[in-house]
Amino acid sequence: MKTRSAMTDLKIRASQNVGLLTAIAIFAVFYIFYNLNHPRGFSTAVLIQNSNEVYALAMVAMAQTLPVLLGGLDLSVGAVMTLVNTLASHVLNGTPFEMFLGFLACVAAGAACGFVNGCVVVYGRLQPIIATLATGAVYIGFALFLRPSPGGDVDGDLSWAMTNDLFEIAATYGFAENGEAAWFKTIAWIPTPLVLLILTAVLIWMPFRRSVTGRTVYAIGSGEGAAYMSGLNIDRAKIAAFTLGGLFAGLGGLYLALQTSSGNADIPQAGAYTLNSIAAVVVGGTSLLGGVGTAVGSIIGALVLRTISFNFRIFEIDPLLQPLIEGFVLLAAVSLGALRVLKVKNTLELFR
Amino acid sequence: MRNENEQIASKPGKPTSHQLPHVVLTGISKRYGGVTALDTVDFACSRGSIHAVLGENGAGKSTLIKIMSGVVQPDAGQMSIAGQPVVFPNPASANAAGVICIFQELSLMPDLTVADNISIADPPRRFGLIDSRAQRRRAEEVLASIGCEDVNPLSRIRDLPLSRRQMVEIGKALTKNPSVLILDEATSALTAADVEKVFDILHRLRDQGLSILTISHRMHEIEAIADMCSVFRNGRHIETFVEGTRTNTEIVQMMIGREITAHFPPKHERPPDDPSAAPVLETRGLNWEGRLTDINLTVRRGEIVGLGGLDGQGQKELLLGLAGVLKSVSGEILINGKKTSVSSPEAAKAEGAEIALIPEDRKTEGLMLGMSIADNLTAASLGRYSRFQILDSAAVTEAVRSGIERMRIKVGSPEDPVSTLSGGNQQKVVIAKWLLTEPKIILLNDPTRGIDVGTKQEIYRLLRELADNGASILFYSTDYEELIGCCDRVDVMYDGRIVRELVGDEINEHEIIASALNIEGGEVPDFLAGSDGQGGAV
Repeated sequence: MKTRSAMTDLKIRASQNVGLLTAIAIFAVFYIFYNLNHPRGFSTAVLIQNSNEVYALAMVAMAQTLPVLLGGLDLSVGAVMTLVNTLASHVLNGTPFEMFLGFLACVAAGAACGFVNGCVVVYGRLQPIIATLATGAVYIGFALFLRPSPGGDVDGDLSWAMTNDLFEIAATYGFAENGEAAWFKTIAWIPTPLVLLILTAVLIWMPFRRSVTGRTVYAIGSGEGAAYMSGLNIDRAKIAAFTLGGLFAGLGGLYLALQTSSGNADIPQAGAYTLNSIAAVVVGGTSLLGGVGTAVGSIIGALVLRTISFNFRIFEIDPLLQPLIEGFVLLAAVSLGALRVLKVKNTLELFR
Repeated sequence: MRNENEQIASKPGKPTSHQLPHVVLTGISKRYGGVTALDTVDFACSRGSIHAVLGENGAGKSTLIKIMSGVVQPDAGQMSIAGQPVVFPNPASANAAGVICIFQELSLMPDLTVADNISIADPPRRFGLIDSRAQRRRAEEVLASIGCEDVNPLSRIRDLPLSRRQMVEIGKALTKNPSVLILDEATSALTAADVEKVFDILHRLRDQGLSILTISHRMHEIEAIADMCSVFRNGRHIETFVEGTRTNTEIVQMMIGREITAHFPPKHERPPDDPSAAPVLETRGLNWEGRLTDINLTVRRGEIVGLGGLDGQGQKELLLGLAGVLKSVSGEILINGKKTSVSSPEAAKAEGAEIALIPEDRKTEGLMLGMSIADNLTAASLGRYSRFQILDSAAVTEAVRSGIERMRIKVGSPEDPVSTLSGGNQQKVVIAKWLLTEPKIILLNDPTRGIDVGTKQEIYRLLRELADNGASILFYSTDYEELIGCCDRVDVMYDGRIVRELVGDEINEHEIIASALNIEGGEVPDFLAGSDGQGGAV
């Protein structure tokens, strides 16, 4: 067997992930710039605050990635997030065991919403974009029913522990000598939402991507006919993709409840999260045509979007100007990904 | 370069012909709408044998293998494998029974890597998850076994050239451990060296007892590998015989069932070619992305020039380049002796060029399937019926009427969606659409593929009529007979170059096939100096 040089492999992998690498570079530049100009830049406090603001959008962006990989769009991710948010504001309290059941209920509700989306798309033979426009309205309806006006009761300790650094978890629940243990010191400063984000990616997304079902999702987006001809189970993969999307969106809503200690069936917020999730997915290097991209890229995309608003705060940009600037920055970021079009020599291929 | 003796020598001892049949089809029928694709077909193939299926387009070969591999279901009839009756509701069930088909339209996912694709149906797993290292090893092994060590398993299919993709497709099929292997034109894009490797593999598999079914239009390949041949015509199984027991002429006769040239309109004497007049279309040294190399050709007024050669030798790219679809084409295009730059299909149909391209795939490039027949007919010539963007509906109606009448398109109402028409009538709509632009230069990319014999004949007559009325036609066809029957000259392409120009009596099957395979390799192609005075530095 011929040995291949590690360099060639690396080059191939890099060339296949140009979009993701670009997004990482944009994020790094923006975030370092932000910290340099922040009076308390590069401090744990700033990192914790930023992580808190990122988690929910990152989850919704991961949720959006799956339908986009199939070649569709999910307009209900914000609604699922909102529904689970209102549910969490009812169930995340009481004894630890009750809270655990509440947590499970929230996760299950998110996954169930996604499962319903998947079934409507697969068995109703509807385009994802229109199917989820309808189901999204239904989910918002449930959310309004659960929480007609903002409020709710989320366990304070849990809320505090999950939205700070690891030290606070240890201090709140009394392990690692209340967070004072010497071995714990090295990691005690890490923000909890950042850890949750990494755990979600590593424990849920990565195994999915390496499963046959996950592979099938990519295959469908790349060429549904070829996937079918290869004897893959198309329907199951589509339903699984939407279900997992619902689960991610639900986790986002759950976290939002912890962050705000309440639930709110906020319709404009749901819409904004949905649209931002699409932007994050595209900025993260995922093709709207399907088949190419990763949820990790979407996390980076969410980071990029949030970092833009962080910078607004530092420079005290007039709020009236913010949407304008945000729009231009987004347009520029997305255009970078479209540069490949310049290399296409057969103009018919542009219309794939 | 390949040579006949080697091919025959490389076919080790033919197996005995009286083996027990392995796959047996009895009384299989299949209709698509009003068209009978298969008509009570009985067919069988044995273990340890390579069985070639021959027939014209539309003879029912594709339907036969689609039924065998579970893609379509027969309307009537039974199938059995090793004596057991089987029913395949989908490709997965056929795969599970060991029937693996390598389709002409590749079944690879372009955005996935080579390794992903090879193991797509049943990847190696550890703890339930795909083991990417094992998957890569498997890909490396299978690629090595078919002599494709140059393909990196990490590459995306999209980034591979067509010939490599086809080898990956073959590798993918082999990993599924087939007992029945079906190849549908699986060698059409391969280089000669790859074909050799594939044949070696097929012989090895045959000797291991596989039942191999192959569809190919390359007679010499069938001679090289087949043990048995079956000829299909118009959905019927005509005859099965041991390879070598029939002459090529007899086989061709079985395939078409009539005299070869009878259905082509007579070629007229070459039009009184004014040699001083510049050709209507001339190219000088066209190059594009390594897929077209130094293309020099001329088409004169009233001439039908054929493009020949195996599928995928650059013919399609040449036509696209002339129609303004390709970017960064170097070299010159001269129209009526004037250097012209055609930057887009819109520029191609504008005054000064007046080029029409009848594209290869009518479903994606020829028609807007959801729109009406009338809208499709007028799509290319809308500018003629409008003033200040406002369409003159009387002119449009008149244009639609004349288009339908001229091509004798069988329509209920012009407002019906074009998708309701049969394939032949759809193709007539595409042609009529372009004729309404009154083009001077007509480029045709395999216009008769997959349409019925009657419509084909109408198209042949139309082409001759157009040429007689002064159009210049460049006609690519995968069907040798069409080139022989229709064309005044034939330029044969191989690997992105025009390797031979055939004129007059040279336009026969032997010459076309020989030059399509570039068999005279080593000789300097003498046409380069002859036809256009370009000298042709290669």
